[in-house]
Amino acid sequence: MTPPDYEYLRKLLKDHSGLDLSADKQYLIESRLLPLSRKCGVSGIADLVQKMKGGSSTIIAQVVEAMTTNETFFFRDKVPFEHFRDTIMPEMLKARANRKSIRIWCAAGSTGQEPYSLAMSLKEMGAVLAGWRVEIIATDLSTEVLEKSKSGVYSQFEVQRGLPIQLLVKYFKQNGEFWQISPELRAMVQHRQLNLLHDFSQLGVFDVIFCRNVLIYFDQDTKINIFGRLARGMEGDGFLVLGAAETVVGLTDVFKPFPDKRGLYRPSGARAASPQAGGLTPRIAAMAGR
Amino acid sequence: MKTCLVVDDSSVIRKIARRILEEMDFQIIEAEDGEQALEACKRAMPTAVLLDWNMPVMDGYEFMCHLRRLPGGDVPKVVFCTTENGMDHISRALHGGANEYIMKPFDRDIVTAKFQEVGLIEFTEQSPV
Repeated sequence: MTPPDYEYLRKLLKDHSGLDLSADKQYLIESRLLPLSRKCGVSGIADLVQKMKGGSSTIIAQVVEAMTTNETFFFRDKVPFEHFRDTIMPEMLKARANRKSIRIWCAAGSTGQEPYSLAMSLKEMGAVLAGWRVEIIATDLSTEVLEKSKSGVYSQFEVQRGLPIQLLVKYFKQNGEFWQISPELRAMVQHRQLNLLHDFSQLGVFDVIFCRNVLIYFDQDTKINIFGRLARGMEGDGFLVLGAAETVVGLTDVFKPFPDKRGLYRPSGARAASPQAGGLTPRIAAMAGR
Repeated sequence: MKTCLVVDDSSVIRKIARRILEEMDFQIIEAEDGEQALEACKRAMPTAVLLDWNMPVMDGYEFMCHLRRLPGGDVPKVVFCTTENGMDHISRALHGGANEYIMKPFDRDIVTAKFQEVGLIEFTEQSPV
């Protein structure tokens, strides 16, 4: 890939999705875009860039989608799901005993493994949730991955990464080489297309937000802005779960780390300095198309 | 040292499995069928068994049933690794005492994930990109 092509893609991805690639991510672009260029019938990334420069908005959309779609699997990193079962849910069962309802948001729900892992965790808790209303909202930038998430259909390869065999047997139905998660679990998850750069206040207020492995793509100002808006979209005693490589420390004081639980944060009660979506630069406000 | 008994009638599969498991610091013992595997377990109980289903002489399922009745035979973690990919086989294996189940074809990631699942190797976080 030529340096000008790399720079072009970097800038375009930043403008369209907030994805902030460092100068050394050529391998990532190649691994994601070479399959796409084949799909589009062009010979390589240079031709793909040519088409994008020619103004093909469908190709641009596909490039953004290919670059921002994360590899994911069931119970990815395990620890966050232990926090969910052992810390978050016991606290919430106490704190919401009167309301008997809990709202959970998977802010980068991707192809569904995370929201369905949470749904399975909830089912495994059994009778303590009888009479409770638990909502799981899965959002993602990409409509393609949301469609896959809705269908709940996974390949044999996908169901063997992170999913204990007992849970496969319990919650999936086999269909040839594919496995589909049960209708009951699918019904526990609602799907919405959403760009985190845009206002998300319409989703309402949540008790638990999983926002893992998505903020790493954003530059510092964007991260701070999103943290501010996440804090406003969360109950004062809620929980925020970040990815293994992510933290609020040094960026914002609207969340504080939960003691001894890595990746787990709670609102601090501090007000965000810049809580408006798109308030950062006009560039972000101009992205409303996606 | 952790030991893994690799039971498969295909020498190619045994070789692939050996390569993956040796990198996880397992000492490997090989068996070509259930009967050989049972003899190996009577000599010394392995930490783990990676077990094919369909084999001559004695199949993997029958081996596991014998193993689970041996003194100390409840200790090894048994991970099936087979082309029998139907729900009926998986359920039967779990009821018979299997700890995990790998559907072939498999790769290093799947073996790693499944061995982590049953606590045979430590869990590591994957880098996000």
